[in-house]
Amino acid sequence: MTELPVEHGLLFAAALFCIGLVGVLIRRNLIFILMSLELMLNATAFVFVLGGALHGNADGQVMFLMILTLAAAEIAVALALVVHLYRRYRSLDADRLEAMKG
Amino acid sequence: MAALLLWIPLMPLLSSLLLLLAGARLGERPVALLGVGSVALSALFSLAAILSFSASDGVAWGIETLPWFSALGLEVGFSLHFDGLSAVMVGVITGVGLLIHLYSVAYMAGDADFARFFAYLNLFVAMMLILVLAGDFLLLYLGWEGVGLCSFLLIGFWYRQPENGYAARKAFVVTRIGDVALALGLLILVQQFGMLNIQDSVDQARQLWPGSDLAGWVALLLLGGAVGKSAQLPLQTWLPDAMAGPTPVSALIHAATMVTAGVYLIARTQGIFMLAPQVLQLVALVGAMTLFLAACSALVQHDLKRILAYSTISQIGYMFFALGTGAFSAAVFHLMTHAFFKALLFLAAGQVIMSLHHEQDTRRMGGLLRPMPFSALCFAIGCAALAALPLTSGFYSKDAILLQAYAQGGAGFAWWLALAGALVTALYSLRLFVRLFLGDCRTLPEPDNRPLLCWPLGILCLLALFGALIPQPLHDVFSAAPQAHVPLPVHLLVLAMPVIGLVAGIWLLLRHRDWRQAFATGALARWWRAGWGFDVLYDWLLVRPLLWLARVNRRDLADLPVQLLVWTSRICHQGLSRLQSGRLRHYAVGIVGGAVLILAVVL
Repeated sequence: MTELPVEHGLLFAAALFCIGLVGVLIRRNLIFILMSLELMLNATAFVFVLGGALHGNADGQVMFLMILTLAAAEIAVALALVVHLYRRYRSLDADRLEAMKG
Repeated sequence: MAALLLWIPLMPLLSSLLLLLAGARLGERPVALLGVGSVALSALFSLAAILSFSASDGVAWGIETLPWFSALGLEVGFSLHFDGLSAVMVGVITGVGLLIHLYSVAYMAGDADFARFFAYLNLFVAMMLILVLAGDFLLLYLGWEGVGLCSFLLIGFWYRQPENGYAARKAFVVTRIGDVALALGLLILVQQFGMLNIQDSVDQARQLWPGSDLAGWVALLLLGGAVGKSAQLPLQTWLPDAMAGPTPVSALIHAATMVTAGVYLIARTQGIFMLAPQVLQLVALVGAMTLFLAACSALVQHDLKRILAYSTISQIGYMFFALGTGAFSAAVFHLMTHAFFKALLFLAAGQVIMSLHHEQDTRRMGGLLRPMPFSALCFAIGCAALAALPLTSGFYSKDAILLQAYAQGGAGFAWWLALAGALVTALYSLRLFVRLFLGDCRTLPEPDNRPLLCWPLGILCLLALFGALIPQPLHDVFSAAPQAHVPLPVHLLVLAMPVIGLVAGIWLLLRHRDWRQAFATGALARWWRAGWGFDVLYDWLLVRPLLWLARVNRRDLADLPVQLLVWTSRICHQGLSRLQSGRLRHYAVGIVGGAVLILAVVL
């Protein structure tokens, strides 16, 4: 099996990250913003796995597992907040939360 | 005994603090108990101090109590000094003060700010005691400014009427002019001798300054302070307006004690004044002019309290005249008797004013002899003492002043003025009594004869009659005046002057109503009634130019840097607050932009 060059993997991760970032910046629906955030997290996790494969040890995959749990915890809290916001505003539009500025 | 001295001013001070902090929550009875009780204790301590002082043959005590602060090698402590002069002052302040406190309990009953009144009044007594007990100049200055503050607070006590506030500010500002002079004088003394102790400084001056101009300047500056506080020419304009305060305040502060602080100051530093004979002559001249001008003004006033105010200015003029002619002990003697009979007059006036539903205009009074015989008696005694009719206390002190002045300097311009003043004094005392108690009844009184109002008046009546018998241990304080022969005709003239005034007054009253009418409506009387036009003069000379300057200079160049600061911070503030849009995505853009920027810098 021919080894993929590291650059390809990094480019893929960067592309994934940018897609997530653009999603966070341009989507207005809170659910989609969360999904884009997940995408960004996955991009970074991918870089860890890549690094682990490159150095030939399991640290990268351990980090990946940790990011996975982190993401799960984050999404749990975030979804709870989204449910509450939806009850209050009857909408998932992030721009309508403007009124919450202090 | 020395520790006792400390408690004399401390009692009213503590009570005042307590009343200021918790007075609003106490009822009238505890407040009165605290306010009067503290002054009563203070009076008791004073009595003990005076008795043991005279038992020890009048050796002055000086005690250092607590250290206050030290700066630049100058150690400042609360040092007290007690000698004959302090003894007289402390006796007058606590004695008359106690009577007036008692009277105030009845006078101020039902006032919404009962506790505040007693807090201020106690603070005043404490400050006045500090002023007369002070062993060094700094403490004296503390008391001096403290009584000024209390005077301001109490003149404007009923602050809801704007004119009361105006009178309070006027009194404060006018006395401030004198206080600046006093501060300068004290600073010169401290700078020259490097110490604060009053006695030592005066002794030093006596040794080092004969023939030097500095003594004259210092004496002049001290005189400036005394003139402001004691309402003498040319700073006398504040006292008639100060009558806006409650009547017990007028009696205590603006007749019996505070306004005599200037007399005390000059008597205390007489060693310096002795080195500057020209300034001493100026003191006599100021006193004589003031006493005559104020007596003339008192002759034509309509407001009961303004009559008394002008007569106070006039009587303090006598004290200054006595100081200026070297009759120091006579001045302090008159200070004491004046405190008695003027407090009596003011408190009796307060009773009359209350009985007439707060009517102060004497034109609407009259015929009160029958409904208010006790007030009439008080007024009769007070007016007799004021006019210096024989055998009253005022007679002894005023005679002492005129005779000693004659013995010292002969009959100069100032002496004749003082003699003429005695005549006018008798005239206006008679006019005051007649206006109030004889003639037709114009306002029906509801006599107010509560015992707390009457008892202090009764005691003051006795003091006004026999107060001259109280011995004054002043022989150690002032070098005894050389005894000079006063010829018998002068003696008789001084004795007869008030009687002549009285007889002339009765004669005018019975025979020449038309003369009086013509005079009272004339231009001269109007001029006198306005206090010889000093208020108008100062208005044109000082107040208007200052207001004009303030108006012209409203957009001050010096304000520009400050304004610039304001504008800059306002613009920054608006920019920053625009950033806080509340939009989640804007913040995300900010984070991303920041991250990109940092990456760009790092890579």
